[in-house]
Amino acid sequence: MAADLWTALFIAMLAAFTGYEVISRVPVLLHTPLMSGSNFVHGIVLVGGIVALGLATTDVERIVGFIAVVMGAMNVTGGYVVTERILSMFDRSKRKGGAA
Amino acid sequence: MTALGATVVDAVYVVAILVFILGLKAMSSPATARRGIVFAGAAMLAAVVVTFLSPGLSNFAWIALGILVGGGAGFYWARVVQMTAMPQMVAVFNGMGGGAAAAIAAVELLGRLTGPTAYLSVAGAIIGSVSIAGSVIAFLKLQGWMPSAPIVLPARQVVNFGVLAVGVGFGVYAVGWLHALYLAPFFALLLVYGILLTLPIGGADMPVVISLFNALTGVAVGLDGFALVNGPLGDAGYAMVVAGVLVGAAGSLLTALMARAMNRSLGNVLFGAFGATTDAGAAVQGSMRSIDASDAAVLMAYAGEVVIAPGYGMAVAQAQQKVKELADLLAAKGVTVKFAIHPVAGRMPGHMNVLLAEAGIAYDKLFDRDEINAEFPAVDVVLVIGANDVVNPAARRKGSPLEGMPILDVDKAHNVIVIKRGQGKGFAGIENELFYADNCRMLYGDAQAAVGQIVSALKQG
Repeated sequence: MAADLWTALFIAMLAAFTGYEVISRVPVLLHTPLMSGSNFVHGIVLVGGIVALGLATTDVERIVGFIAVVMGAMNVTGGYVVTERILSMFDRSKRKGGAA
Repeated sequence: MTALGATVVDAVYVVAILVFILGLKAMSSPATARRGIVFAGAAMLAAVVVTFLSPGLSNFAWIALGILVGGGAGFYWARVVQMTAMPQMVAVFNGMGGGAAAAIAAVELLGRLTGPTAYLSVAGAIIGSVSIAGSVIAFLKLQGWMPSAPIVLPARQVVNFGVLAVGVGFGVYAVGWLHALYLAPFFALLLVYGILLTLPIGGADMPVVISLFNALTGVAVGLDGFALVNGPLGDAGYAMVVAGVLVGAAGSLLTALMARAMNRSLGNVLFGAFGATTDAGAAVQGSMRSIDASDAAVLMAYAGEVVIAPGYGMAVAQAQQKVKELADLLAAKGVTVKFAIHPVAGRMPGHMNVLLAEAGIAYDKLFDRDEINAEFPAVDVVLVIGANDVVNPAARRKGSPLEGMPILDVDKAHNVIVIKRGQGKGFAGIENELFYADNCRMLYGDAQAAVGQIVSALKQG
């Protein structure tokens, strides 16, 4: 049991450094899409919501778990669509480019 | 429901995490950014599907309904919202993630109230609750559904700390003494704390705060993951630990970068109540002078170089297309046209670039504050459209509430024309000294209408 927690701690440590390295040296221009993109990535919370609701045994747990799934699903889809919309502007302006 | 083998589920999680990391990496460069989110989206879809098909789960109808309701609402809302409202949308969807993390922690605590993982769930619940409450306030402020100015309550530091301490106390008591009922005041007080923490923060600082809550939600998700790793489906927990901590770290760095771009320290943003100082720039002398659209058109048509400094007011008025038309017309008359983009023009760093790109204005016409500030003394006309605080020269003066904020030095140009709806103050609630300067003329009106008038005057002339 405790071994799992230690493993998770090792993983967390490496993930922290990875997150830091991946983002360093990013142009100001991309701050907004990156914030939105990382907002999408923590939408993985939906996976946790599914597990919590899937293992729920009492009605209270089911209700709270259901709230978790609804919110998690909003985080995932909303985060994805917003990021995709922002980034699609970049593609367009590159193609259109030209006069002012 | 046929359950997948645990190996398949694990393999999909591993690949999904790899793609998340590569996706974020791709998103930090303009050329590959679009690809990054599409791949990350596919990986997320795979992770959600295999979780749904994991062995040992029940309540499938509830899960499916929840995904449909939440996913549908998120999809619809994110589709219909205007690009100008993107920052508050990020706040909302981030808040939902924080709320989900808090709810998962609650389910964990209801099911198993003892052991070290219970305290991890308490920590996840604390951070998730603060994140959702704070994000909702950030949304309400940016959306204009509540005043964006700092709301400062008396003795707030003491009150805030008290609420936090008592709230955390309830949580620890619930776990330590196995009283599930105490979870109710625990969650309630932490939601109140999230609200109290965000109320005193002014709208101008909101981007930094949204970014901070984004990082916090990541941490909350990671903590939930810790609590899940020794449950029946522990590998979902590992996936959450990696993705959550990844966002926590990346988001923290992003928050620091944003704060630096605005020359604000994070401590200042959270505890300083920006704009609540006594000097509201009252010492402004002189009066504002106005100009009409046709005179403005003539001034620009005969200029060698025109710099357009757009702000949030332009975005709100949906004037981007008109501005592009104006820039094209001036370019056709042989005028050099450039755009000066303040790091926080719009509501978030990079927001204005996105809005102008949407209108089809080429990136090589857009210049950062650092690139263009030295040029202003040689510029004939600067057209300020719906920007206020970011062009206020008071920022260079000691003792001003804006002191030290990086600004566009538009006041150094030969002529400045400011398009503005009325005589009101900016987001920070501070008088703008630029508007009283001798080289400045005001063109009152809605940004789209005013630029439209200039465009038609140019076409006639």
